[in-house]
Amino acid sequence: MAAHRCNIFMLVFVLCGLTYVFVRADIEDTNHVKDAESVAVDIAPKANIGASLRSTKTEDQTQAAEEERQWEAETNPADAPSDNKADHVHDTMQNLDSRPAPYAKDQTQEAAEEERQWEATEVKEADRVPDTMQTPDVPPLTPAKDQFQEELVIRPLHSGDIYASFQFRTMWDTDFLRGSKVSHYRLFPKSLGQVISKFSVRELHISFTQGYWRTMQWGQPFLPSPPGAELWVWFQDTVTDVDGAWKELTNVLSGIFCASLNFIDSTNTVQPSASFKPLGLGNVTDQRFLRYAVLPREIVCTENLTPWKKLLPCGSKAGLAVLMKSEKLFHSSFHSQALHFRPVCQDWKCKSTVWELRQTLNVVFDLHTSGQGKREWSLFKMFSRTVTEACPLASSSKVYVDVTDNPQGELFELSPTTPLLSQAVVLGDRRTYSVYDLTNQATFGQTRSLNMLLRWRAAESGDMLRPLLHGERYVAGYGLQTGEIHTLMYNNHPYRAFPVLLLDTVPWYLRLYIHTLTVTSKGRDNKPSYIHYQPSKDRLRPHLLEMLVQLPPNSVTEVTMQFERALLKWTEYTPDPNHGFYVGSSVISALVPSVVAMDTNSTRECPLFSSFFPCKEESSYFMRVYTEPLLVNLPTPDFSMPYNVICLTCTVVAVGYGSLYNLLTRTFQVEEPSPGLAKRLANIIRRLRGVPLL
Amino acid sequence: MGLLSDPNRRRALTKLLTRLNAPICVMCYLAGVAWFMGLAFEPFTLRTYMSENAMGSTMVEERFPAGERALATGREFAAHKKKVGGMPVDWLVKTMQSRGLEVFTQSFTRKLPFPDENKERYMVRGTNVYGILRAPRAPRTEALVLSAPCSEGNNNNQAVGLLLGLAQYFRSQIHWAKDIIFLVNEHDLIGMQAWLEGYHHTNTTGGDWSPLQGRGGSIQAALSLELSSDVITSLDLVLEGLNGQLPNLDLANLFYAFCQKIGVLCTIQGKLQRNDWDTTSGYSHAAQTMMLMVLKQASGRPWGDHGLFLRYHIEAASIRGINSFRQYKTDTTTIGRLLEGMYRKLNNLLERLHQSYFFYLMPSLSRFVSIGYYMPAFGLLAVILLLRVSFHLWDNRGFYFYLTPSSPGVLSILTPVVISHMTGVALYTLPILSQEMAVQHFPVSETEAVVLTAIAIYTAGLALPHNTHRLLQGEGTEEGWRVLKLVALLYLAVLLGCTALINFSLGFILALSLVPIAAFITPHTPKALSAAIMVLLSPGCTLLYCVFVFQELQETPVSLQDGWMLFLSVISQGILDHALYGSLVYPLLALLIYPCWLLLWNILFWK
Repeated sequence: MAAHRCNIFMLVFVLCGLTYVFVRADIEDTNHVKDAESVAVDIAPKANIGASLRSTKTEDQTQAAEEERQWEAETNPADAPSDNKADHVHDTMQNLDSRPAPYAKDQTQEAAEEERQWEATEVKEADRVPDTMQTPDVPPLTPAKDQFQEELVIRPLHSGDIYASFQFRTMWDTDFLRGSKVSHYRLFPKSLGQVISKFSVRELHISFTQGYWRTMQWGQPFLPSPPGAELWVWFQDTVTDVDGAWKELTNVLSGIFCASLNFIDSTNTVQPSASFKPLGLGNVTDQRFLRYAVLPREIVCTENLTPWKKLLPCGSKAGLAVLMKSEKLFHSSFHSQALHFRPVCQDWKCKSTVWELRQTLNVVFDLHTSGQGKREWSLFKMFSRTVTEACPLASSSKVYVDVTDNPQGELFELSPTTPLLSQAVVLGDRRTYSVYDLTNQATFGQTRSLNMLLRWRAAESGDMLRPLLHGERYVAGYGLQTGEIHTLMYNNHPYRAFPVLLLDTVPWYLRLYIHTLTVTSKGRDNKPSYIHYQPSKDRLRPHLLEMLVQLPPNSVTEVTMQFERALLKWTEYTPDPNHGFYVGSSVISALVPSVVAMDTNSTRECPLFSSFFPCKEESSYFMRVYTEPLLVNLPTPDFSMPYNVICLTCTVVAVGYGSLYNLLTRTFQVEEPSPGLAKRLANIIRRLRGVPLL
Repeated sequence: MGLLSDPNRRRALTKLLTRLNAPICVMCYLAGVAWFMGLAFEPFTLRTYMSENAMGSTMVEERFPAGERALATGREFAAHKKKVGGMPVDWLVKTMQSRGLEVFTQSFTRKLPFPDENKERYMVRGTNVYGILRAPRAPRTEALVLSAPCSEGNNNNQAVGLLLGLAQYFRSQIHWAKDIIFLVNEHDLIGMQAWLEGYHHTNTTGGDWSPLQGRGGSIQAALSLELSSDVITSLDLVLEGLNGQLPNLDLANLFYAFCQKIGVLCTIQGKLQRNDWDTTSGYSHAAQTMMLMVLKQASGRPWGDHGLFLRYHIEAASIRGINSFRQYKTDTTTIGRLLEGMYRKLNNLLERLHQSYFFYLMPSLSRFVSIGYYMPAFGLLAVILLLRVSFHLWDNRGFYFYLTPSSPGVLSILTPVVISHMTGVALYTLPILSQEMAVQHFPVSETEAVVLTAIAIYTAGLALPHNTHRLLQGEGTEEGWRVLKLVALLYLAVLLGCTALINFSLGFILALSLVPIAAFITPHTPKALSAAIMVLLSPGCTLLYCVFVFQELQETPVSLQDGWMLFLSVISQGILDHALYGSLVYPLLALLIYPCWLLLWNILFWK
């Protein structure tokens, strides 16, 4: 694979050296970002940030080299997010940088531009190989064929709620693409493996979410997802009939996850041109192989959780999965379970790829509904279970607790204490975590079970840093004829502007008036630098609108668009038509300037020489924000009285009006008495003969 | 047979219609009135029932315990209100936040077209505070609203206290599927209008408000709570909204069902329900209740803060606590339980309320008259107009009147039509436009200036026929007034028909007064008597009667003097309602009904 990509790289390099030079600057940006993050995560003494971290670390800890090793080991799972993020960054930079150009130019130039752009993309894709190779997975992955890691991150939120995020990673070292039939499964779930190899899936991302992530109260989630079900798939470029494969795949997944994914059809499937780029290795960015669909109406419940748990190597029998009891998981403010499948490098040389299956489950538990209103959380209170062992199949099994806001333990008290600390840059913010290693028996202590307890000391936690980006959406207007969709995007950064990609998918029965599209920020017209609009076709495909908009600092950008509500055919209404029709969330993808770079005047103790120039390396991170879905009422006939309306009216018209009208308008004549039998017979004979009747 | 196709028989039919026209018309009129009065008779009405399955048989247990604490919160609110001298925004924000709501504020300013003397306000500046209880695991697509106005003086403190108490109690429950918005609005309807327009990002009446920050999706239902005492004797349900719109009957049913279940006295139009329908007093009680509803609906104004929700297709009602001298008292905990039950049931809704009736009249809380029952009363009145059209279309022998060459030109018909509509436009625009001038020249306040200008223009319209005729060449002909009358009859029929479809009560009251004069007015009737009758049955005088009847029905009869003052304030309120909330009654009367009446007036003075 790597060699293949290298070839492409060389080829394209030779072919368009000029373009390469042109784009080079951007790539270097990306490389820097990537470097920085992996560095920060791995605490290698490479960059000054790393150095500073290291110094604080050495101050904190008095333990010896053994401890040090532990440090490095525990950062190992954390490199996955960095990987992930770096790819994001890469992709988005690619989009953000290369896409706008064609739209600035004339239509006539567009073809040529388009070509150039593709080349540019290729170059970058190819360029990713050395890129990824630079990602120093410092302790090289063990040559074991398959691998399983599990972790749980607990983040106390400022609102008093608590956020628990499970991540399970299964590595699958196999090559189902080369036609070799895979029949041996060790850790990787067979049901999924078969589906993936049958449909030649390169990447698969599926999420089921019940509830809406409250960005303004909770900050950023580790993995965002829209309410309902979301599915997006990159197929291999060998697939010829992508639509057919997509159709079958959704039906199969529907069976696997007990979800209504079979309702995904052409009317809610789109091919976004820029918003959803592959997250794993891959040189395919042709959107023909991408399918994206959202079912905002999907309700997630235990029936979806059980099959999801069954995909884990230990099931819910051992390890962290023991905590996932549905009666508690669904007694929460937010529940989201997801599954991501993608190719990643096997080792730092990236000679070969392995397939990564990452299962995540995010839950937010509510302070108020959990009773007593006491600010106190424990594993038992959250899950009504405690952890007693790691999954025996897992190579690493850890629980992280976010203690960033609580360095001296003045905000809350965490017991039992753990000597292990870990630092990572997560979503542009430097976070500190207490780590509980479940593979180490000492973690469980005397009681043979781990039940962490967080007890708040202060009644109020400090103010939360406002999330730099968040979005809102609503329907304006009244009446059942027209309406207006408003999408608000908030840039809360005090001085940095940044571009965002907005993706809007609107069903066909809301007829968008695209000429009414306006984008305003701070009362002024804000011209998007890139617009991709695909009009809907009735009963065939939805509207797709993608825009690249620059958000000025500290501003609200409002995107409005008017629509007309279509009158459906009477069989097209849902069984509960007066409930309204859902419009899926819009997706805002952005490279957000990071908080770390923002605090130039920090009181944090760090060497002066390290903080003069704003750290370019960590300057931005990728973020995806989903707005709330919309519920729109369409003009609905009164289905409740078909009998009255149809039957009664018809009866009245036919019997009452008809007879009266006859009575009023017809003149009647006396008919001759009916002919006798003989005459009738004679007439029949005459008719047969074709002679006039008597 | 062949009544219509056979010319001879058809002539016989038309002959019958023309000969017996007047008696048939009188019969129809009497039958219409009788039918309407019969609607209040219990055997003719239907018992209310819950149509919505989601709210019907599901079990809800009400456990709201904290009535006393809610009252304490209310007192605290009152103290802060007094200290700030208005809406205690900061205190409310802090209190709602501590109850775990997402809190937002909205500020608004509104300049009234002329000072409102009833409520003593002109430049209105205020703030709405609302907190959203986010339903767990719900995607912010649906919401319910509970609102309480922050009123002047000592009113409604208990309502705000109960609202905050309910917010705290609801927050600790897990079963909410819809976001619940707790809204405290300042300056009653003006604040509500600002909030609703902000929520839906519309601007129908040119108000000035700051945009809303937080939303909860499409609002499914709303209740507005008014409570001014610690204990109450009964709860009154107010349904009539803007332009005579009513919420779905299921909302009233829900309220009634919970009052029955919890054992709270409940009223509608402030009238308790009686069981003695077969006695005269029982019947007249029901008739009074229904007439009150008809009058309130006909006024087209919102009779509570809920009234503005209806425009946005949000089912809403106001619940008003009444404390009279009765022995039996209900405490706040019970009202809290009642509201809890109602919200739990509304929370169960899978669809918008749509199963039950939107057009109904209620002679009592447990009885209703649906549109199918009350429309014939209007139909009987409206058919008179058509009968008169046929009367003027056919002569006594059953032939059509054909327009002879000497028949009046278009001009002679068009002139009165145009001129009377111009008068209507003047009546609609001038009062507000000319208020400054009037204030300068006469010793009156702005409000009086507006009302008196309106009455002056209205009266000046009576002089029109004399002036119109000067514009016409020559004498008016016999055919002239016949054609004009045909136009007026058809015009009135269309107008009343449309009005009755939207707002039955208004249409019916207007038909009651206008149909007789429209039917029998000709230039040949005795001038003085007819003129007197016409003036007495004009829309303005109808309004005056309605004021008196309304006071009478509310058991607060007024003297002539007070009645006149009330009449003046009703006119100013009507104009204000139009300017502030977009009520359509004033423009309808000024631009359409009044010109139509002027046409009839023209016919009377046809020369």
